[in-house]
Amino acid sequence: MSTAHDHDHAHGPSKTGILRWITTTNHKDIGTMYLIFSFVMFFIGGSLAMVIRAELFQPGMQIVPAEAFNMLTTMHGFIMIFGFIMPVFVGLANWMIPLMIGAPDMALPRVNNWSFWLLPVAGVILISTMFMQGGGPNFGWTFYAPLSTTYGPPSTDYFIFAIHIMGISSIMGSINVIVTIFNMRAPNMRLIDMPIFVWTWLITAFLIIAVMPVLAGTVTMMLTDRNFGTSFFNAAGGGDPVLFQHLFWFFGHPEVYIVILPAFGIISEVIPTFARKKLFGRTSMIYALASIAFLSFIVWAHHMFMTGLPLAASLFFMYATMLIAVPTGVKIFNWVATIFKGSMTFETPMLFSLAFVILFTIGGFTGLMLALIPSDVQYHDSYFVVGHFHYVLVPGSLFAVFAGIYYWLPKWTGYMYNETLAKFHFWISAISVNLTFFPMHFLGLAGMPRRIPDYALQFTDFNQIVSVGAFVFGAAQLIFVYIVIQTMRGKGVQATQEVWEGSHGLEWTVPSPAPYHTFTEPPTQIERH
Amino acid sequence: MNATKRKSHTRLVAILLAATFGMLLFAFAMVPLYDAFCEMTGINNKGGRVRLEAPTEIDTSRVVKIKFITHVQGDTPWEFYTKENSIEVHPGEVNKVLFYTENHTDQDKVGQFVATISPGQSDRYVKKAECFSFNKQYVDAKQTKEMSVIFFIDKDIPKDTEELILFYTLFDQTGDAK
Repeated sequence: MSTAHDHDHAHGPSKTGILRWITTTNHKDIGTMYLIFSFVMFFIGGSLAMVIRAELFQPGMQIVPAEAFNMLTTMHGFIMIFGFIMPVFVGLANWMIPLMIGAPDMALPRVNNWSFWLLPVAGVILISTMFMQGGGPNFGWTFYAPLSTTYGPPSTDYFIFAIHIMGISSIMGSINVIVTIFNMRAPNMRLIDMPIFVWTWLITAFLIIAVMPVLAGTVTMMLTDRNFGTSFFNAAGGGDPVLFQHLFWFFGHPEVYIVILPAFGIISEVIPTFARKKLFGRTSMIYALASIAFLSFIVWAHHMFMTGLPLAASLFFMYATMLIAVPTGVKIFNWVATIFKGSMTFETPMLFSLAFVILFTIGGFTGLMLALIPSDVQYHDSYFVVGHFHYVLVPGSLFAVFAGIYYWLPKWTGYMYNETLAKFHFWISAISVNLTFFPMHFLGLAGMPRRIPDYALQFTDFNQIVSVGAFVFGAAQLIFVYIVIQTMRGKGVQATQEVWEGSHGLEWTVPSPAPYHTFTEPPTQIERH
Repeated sequence: MNATKRKSHTRLVAILLAATFGMLLFAFAMVPLYDAFCEMTGINNKGGRVRLEAPTEIDTSRVVKIKFITHVQGDTPWEFYTKENSIEVHPGEVNKVLFYTENHTDQDKVGQFVATISPGQSDRYVKKAECFSFNKQYVDAKQTKEMSVIFFIDKDIPKDTEELILFYTLFDQTGDAK
């Protein structure tokens, strides 16, 4: 094997400077660009959140006017979901899927290049709406009609265009992932032998292909309603605003699994490594994934319990939603069982993964509470909902992203990151994330509605705790940037090929840093399951 | 080896692209499907799309109270009201209620009235023979228009339903397409 790689070392990127990045078709280059792009968006979206929390630090209007506040919450949500979480997982997929299945590159390298370069275009359009006359989109990230059609600001058309471009980008990325996984696996690797991260991405890619076109159709209907006199969502012309919600959530609910399934995959890679045991219940993990993906298509209306659904429909969506707790419970049980009696060490990826298992479970439980119609009637549109989805997205998806980056960074850069600083980053993040999002549940139960710039005096104490937590959490992410940059600059111990003592899988059979071209000869030693 | 791989890429990509366009079509197919589903199950109907059979008998043993609520969407200077806030009817009995709309502007107006029946589960029992919400209404400048709804309550309406709300919203459609 080593002779094959010595040969590879001779080939670097064919172009240098900026053209290397614009014209690259290398999965590692494109993965890196995805990661950098998404973290730029993460800090933009995060800055908006900081302004939101500064405004909510005390009751009354302090920093931003109400219209701008609405725009901030909308753009924060949209940038974080479409600009950060989705691209960051595509970046990880680009880097790791070919390495994990023993492929020389992604199956469609030019498509890969294009799907990345569409993103900065969409990102710039999206962000530019904030500076347009009439203000940016201010109707919440769910952009319900008629708020976004009849009453939306002029910039909404640009917002729609940005969604179209991002949709095309993620659909092309998904097609690439599926073709890579089906056609480019090492000859001896059966589907069942694939690492769980690859499995999660296979299923995620199918979800994206199934629902992003529905979102594209929905925003196209919005566009024609706004500009060409159609009445898809306009009651006056015989349309129905509730139809918008059905279409949006038919996309929106699978979307929440699109942003969590790859996170499950990362956790399923990291925990076995640091528990030095095989993943418990590997096959059941894959079945659980597939069940979650299937169920995600038949639960969308649990976001719409307050729209006056018929009782039978409400009950169906309630029970179907609660059913998702079963495969999710299987996954959490399997992670805990993997840890059980393992020889654990607590490097930063493991710390983030353990925090993920605990905190994501809290988010899952509040999700169950929201699934229950009688309680949802009370929690609906309150800060409880905000607490719930931030628990599954921040200590859920985001912590898994951190776990994945710390886990694979030595493989990417060839150097170990600064473990002390990284642990510091973890502990500050883990404490402040709870400080930020846990009190939101109580605020919601006490009756504080979401998406408001001002609130009643009795909510002040908890809002101040939340704001302080948010500022600390935001600042802690600068430590992360520092750690990554230092590692990229080679300030650290040289990483070995295996990097971690308990690591398994093909990505650990290539040198660190992974050479520009890997697996030009397919690997022969495949772990069977 | 290489050639066969390349071929299979094309095939798989074609299938996946077809699936993508299929889902795009599905999104647009949802529009008529949604209406068809609502009509089939009798939910979300505005009392306008049901097949009508003349009532055969009047159930004088029961009384259902029908309340009327009118609402003008937006800030158009129209008025829209009915002189009766509510009526009490027997199931099976045909009723006619008059509504009035006044156009206070100097401009001829076109309006569309949209009816909603509350509670939603009861709307399938409200049978309309004629309603001003079935068509667009043209109201000339400074004019008042009298409009009527003719309806009956199905005698199969559940015994525990004692009160219904018939809610009309007026949308100004002047200058809209068509």
